[in-house]
Amino acid sequence: MTDATPFPTGTGHKMSARGVSVSYGDKQAIRDVSIDVDMDHVTAFIGPSGCGKSTFLRTLNRMNDTIASARVTGEITLDGEDIYSSAMDVVQLRARVGMVFQKPNPFPKSIYENVAYGPRIHGLAASKGALDGIVEQSLRRAGLWDEVKDRLSDSGTALSGGQQQRLCIARAIAVDPEVILMDEPCSALDPIATAKIEELIHELKGRYAIVIVTHNMQQAARVSQKTAFFHLGQLVEYGDTDNIFTAPKQERTKDYITGRYG
Amino acid sequence: MNVFALLFVVVGLGLIGWLTARARAVRFDRGGQKRLHSLPSQHGWYVAMWTVLPALLFIAVWSALSPALIKDQVLKSPAASQLSDFAFERDTILGEARDVALGRADATFDDTATALVEPMRAAIAFYGWTGTGIAILLAFAGGAFAFTRTSPTFRARTRVERGLMLILLLASLIAILTTVGIFLSLFWESMRFFAMVPPQDFLFSTHWSPQLIDPNNPGKSLGAVPLFWGTFFIGAVIAMLVAIPFGLMSAIYLTQYAAPRVRRWMKPLLEILAGVPTVVYGYFAALTVAPAVRNLAVFLGMPFASAESALAAGLVMGVMIIPFVSSLADDSIAAVPTAMRDGSLAMGATNSETISRVLLPAALPGVVAGVLLAVSRAIGETMIVVMAASGAANITLNPFESATTVTKQIVDLLTGESEFDSPKTLAAFALGLTLFVITLLLNIVALRVVKKYREAYE
Ligand SMILES: Nc1ncnc2c1ncn2[C@@H]1O[C@H](COP(=O)(O)OP(=O)(O)O)[C@@H](O)[C@H]1O
Ligand SMILES: [Mg+2]
Repeated sequence: MTDATPFPTGTGHKMSARGVSVSYGDKQAIRDVSIDVDMDHVTAFIGPSGCGKSTFLRTLNRMNDTIASARVTGEITLDGEDIYSSAMDVVQLRARVGMVFQKPNPFPKSIYENVAYGPRIHGLAASKGALDGIVEQSLRRAGLWDEVKDRLSDSGTALSGGQQQRLCIARAIAVDPEVILMDEPCSALDPIATAKIEELIHELKGRYAIVIVTHNMQQAARVSQKTAFFHLGQLVEYGDTDNIFTAPKQERTKDYITGRYG
Repeated sequence: MNVFALLFVVVGLGLIGWLTARARAVRFDRGGQKRLHSLPSQHGWYVAMWTVLPALLFIAVWSALSPALIKDQVLKSPAASQLSDFAFERDTILGEARDVALGRADATFDDTATALVEPMRAAIAFYGWTGTGIAILLAFAGGAFAFTRTSPTFRARTRVERGLMLILLLASLIAILTTVGIFLSLFWESMRFFAMVPPQDFLFSTHWSPQLIDPNNPGKSLGAVPLFWGTFFIGAVIAMLVAIPFGLMSAIYLTQYAAPRVRRWMKPLLEILAGVPTVVYGYFAALTVAPAVRNLAVFLGMPFASAESALAAGLVMGVMIIPFVSSLADDSIAAVPTAMRDGSLAMGATNSETISRVLLPAALPGVVAGVLLAVSRAIGETMIVVMAASGAANITLNPFESATTVTKQIVDLLTGESEFDSPKTLAAFALGLTLFVITLLLNIVALRVVKKYREAYE
């Protein structure tokens, strides 16, 4: 909690989206979404499959830029700065807003090299010793250090699924981001590995703003403080997780969390 | 009877078999059963297969055997006693007699041949009619056998399925058997060569001058090392220095940077390059690149540089291989999961960092395999080196000097005047065999690498 960036001026939120719409070619995927993401919080995005959760998540670090047909409109700020303005360098943005994917995707390199990847690219370590330090600290924060400290030179792809996902979290942490985006990080994992990741999210939330997409409502209820419910490309309801799950304001939200559809 | 007429008759019999069996099956007594095991047409196919297949197999075997049988019989005739013992000459005369007997030629040059025309004609007729008779008999026998088996309970459906499988298997064996046949014939001729020239001389000695062979010690001037060096230097070094960087870079551009629109016309364009006949590349190498390379050499201070430099042939060969390397590299880069690319980009890596640090290392085994395949193509390439490389067998590291290749020497050895039993001619087969083995090994290694690499992502 010590090295968290102080609250920015302006909105007062770590990230803010205002009137964001995304379309793939002619097809609109999300429409007019406005939301705020805060430090020290876990924000969960829930909603039926195909409602645009991933699409919206990917606008937050401009990963939609990698899809040729995607067009983003509206405004998204990080510490009050427009991340889609020409002044924003996407390399810097992604170093500040990291991402963990649905399917664990460690590089086919050693465990050490996986974690060292970001620091090397961004020139964060002046010496081998400093790099070793970053790798160890990141693996510790990801709760993986004790399991891999004796085999850092083994391939990252040889780990179990849950370990691979924690390695990917360590890889994201290694560049010291401010926000971490997670797109259904547990959907490919078994219940024990899932529990480990949830525990990890609890530990990390004091240090980073975390946004997690999940199709699992119990998970959203367990790990998050804020919840956003998406439906058919729209943000239906956004508020404190406790309120969303106990007293949803919208009929559609209530139908969804009581399992009426989705 | 002519083979085509015979085939026509056999297929005709098959058709008759099909029709009669089907007609019979239509009128089967169903015995109250609603559904027969097999459709009438399947009974038809069953009989047709039994009519046609054994006869066809027999015709194939017979066509392969009968020339030898005919020759045997002709040699037994009294007129054949005049024939020379020398196999090559004997075969030429027999060939003349055969041409006249078959009406392809009007007269022979050789008197012995004239005398042999009648025995030849008789032998051809005898074996021709015997073969025809047996084939038609087989067709009838097979058809009749199958026809007697058809009955309401007969499982023609299953049999036809099995027959089809057999046909497909035979078809796929043909390519494999041909390869084996090529290998065996190369091997056979090479053994004759190695009976005259010790293998160690051929494989390890460095002097190659097939025009000046000492009959008492042919191995002294048939050392293939300079040829293999030249082949390696032109095909695996110079050509790859061109093909690998350009092929790889174009693959990276096409997969990572090119807009879909650009990719749509650029990829076919590259593939057209792969379809240019190699003889056209040969002209280009000999008429355009070679003089330019020579001028460059002169400019660089080598006044006596060869006009048939290794560099000219290698450069053009490299250009020819670019699309090949590019398309294989394209495939292996595209096979790296997008999740890898996204993972790297999400860390804030740029496109080029992602390519050099994640995509290429991950695609490397596939790229290496592609390069091995490209090398095996380059060293087997013939036309460019025939037209642009030199005949002089040098072991050199200077690309402006001349070098020759295995394929170029094979062509030189087999064209022009050649006696078929000399070490000089047979050397071509030994060269061919060695090249065959090398490219085979390269391909096997490449395929294994590719397989390993596939497993890594499954
Ligand atoms: N790369 C893409 N190209 C075109 N359409 C896409 C692409 N990615 C997602 N979509 C579409 O956008 C909509 C929202 O998808 P997504 O954001 O993946 O939903 P979720 O993550 O909530 O399941 C879906 O209709 C999907 O088909
Ligand atoms: Mg999704």
